[in-house]
Amino acid sequence: MDIKGANLIKSVRLEGLRILGQPNEFALDYYKQGIDELIYMDCVASLYGRNSLSSLVSTAIENIFVPLTVGGGIRSIDDVFELLRAGADKVAVNTAVVNDPQLITQIVNKFGSQCLVLSIDAKLNSKGKWEVLTESGRERTGLDALDWAIKGAELGVGEILLTSVDREGTRQGFDVELIRLISESVSVPVIASGGLRTAQDFVSVIKETSVDAVAIADAFHYRRLSVNDIREAAKSHGIRVRHYV
Amino acid sequence: MTLGKLQNLMGLEFDIMFKDNLSIIDYGIGNIMSVRRGFEYCGANVFLASTEDEILAADRLVLPGVGAFRNGMDALIRLGFSGAILAKAQSGTPILGICLGMQLLFSKSYEFGETYGLGLIPGEVVGISRTSIDGNSLKIPNIGWRNLRSGESRRTWKNTLLEEISTTDEMYFVHSFTAVCEDDFNSLAKSEYGGFDLTAVVQSGNVYGCQFHPEKSGDAGLRLLNSFIKTT
Repeated sequence: MDIKGANLIKSVRLEGLRILGQPNEFALDYYKQGIDELIYMDCVASLYGRNSLSSLVSTAIENIFVPLTVGGGIRSIDDVFELLRAGADKVAVNTAVVNDPQLITQIVNKFGSQCLVLSIDAKLNSKGKWEVLTESGRERTGLDALDWAIKGAELGVGEILLTSVDREGTRQGFDVELIRLISESVSVPVIASGGLRTAQDFVSVIKETSVDAVAIADAFHYRRLSVNDIREAAKSHGIRVRHYV
Repeated sequence: MTLGKLQNLMGLEFDIMFKDNLSIIDYGIGNIMSVRRGFEYCGANVFLASTEDEILAADRLVLPGVGAFRNGMDALIRLGFSGAILAKAQSGTPILGICLGMQLLFSKSYEFGETYGLGLIPGEVVGISRTSIDGNSLKIPNIGWRNLRSGESRRTWKNTLLEEISTTDEMYFVHSFTAVCEDDFNSLAKSEYGGFDLTAVVQSGNVYGCQFHPEKSGDAGLRLLNSFIKTT
């Protein structure tokens, strides 16, 4: 769930934000549908160096009893502490740790690997390599996504949230090649994000890569698919998903 | 909610209802707000215990926690909480450890070198194998929803923390280390990862622990929290 101010928004390739509504109304609906986990990302926080997510998180946990990962604009140990204290279970970091990888070690030492998710926004560049973007896709880094994923895992992140910027919000299916490359190269769980159009896209990315989880935004936000649609597709293809009634 | 009988001066008996008190140990480690909210949702009257006296005054204790074993144990010792927790365990106060809080109940851990724990449940905390039972590499941490099954020595969950839980219910796990009970009777439930049986729920008398996060395990987790209030 991408957040801007008080609103849930959706972008295409991290651009052209469209306002969808109240984030916690969507979140509660997903919880009732049996979602496994929720991710809140403040997509403009990094740019403006602010963090407005704490109050959203503390309201969300009143009625939502599944893990919450929260990211966007996290720059320091204090920022992490504030979000965890508000009720987040994990924080997702991108820009700040690209600028200072030691922040990964600091967060891990203080709060543990299990609470740190490395968010990687990867875009295919003209040399045919996946490059890491920061500032919600606004800045190029020259950093190779695979190298960065391996380094992040070595520094101790507990999970990697891998977003294909080329596919994000496009409904063209996952970037299976990117996801396969990274999920097969790191020893920590990887979450695939960006491009799901149909439940079959979910099945394909699970079957064809070593990815451990799938993040879905567009298809759920616009109600093209329900959580149950994904669950049923998974079951019919022998993919183990959480039993939910 | 507990139903009590109260006799007034006229000798008439009537029922009163009072809330179940529960104190969450606040030692700066972990997401206590979600644990608090989970128990409140189940109707408990929740306090945060951030002093030794508040721990000693508790009707029920919850020891939450995430992160490294040594950090957690150091904090409990530094704040003077470990003695108070041991005293409460001895006096029969129900105690529930969650995630790292469960691991801290054990004798010792090998995370970042050997560290002694509270020693309320005999056993050790060791790293999860990086190789599955059939030789494939296993991703660490173990993150995800897993179902529970009864331990070899504890066939029934009746009158325990798990009395409302079925073996199809799934709980949310996130951990890199796992506890091994010296006495298998203390292992109330296990969950499978990479072909191995990992300790999921422990009980020794009035001391309980769960490796997963019941406060993050949806309806099934809330049923467990409710049972902790109702059965203890």
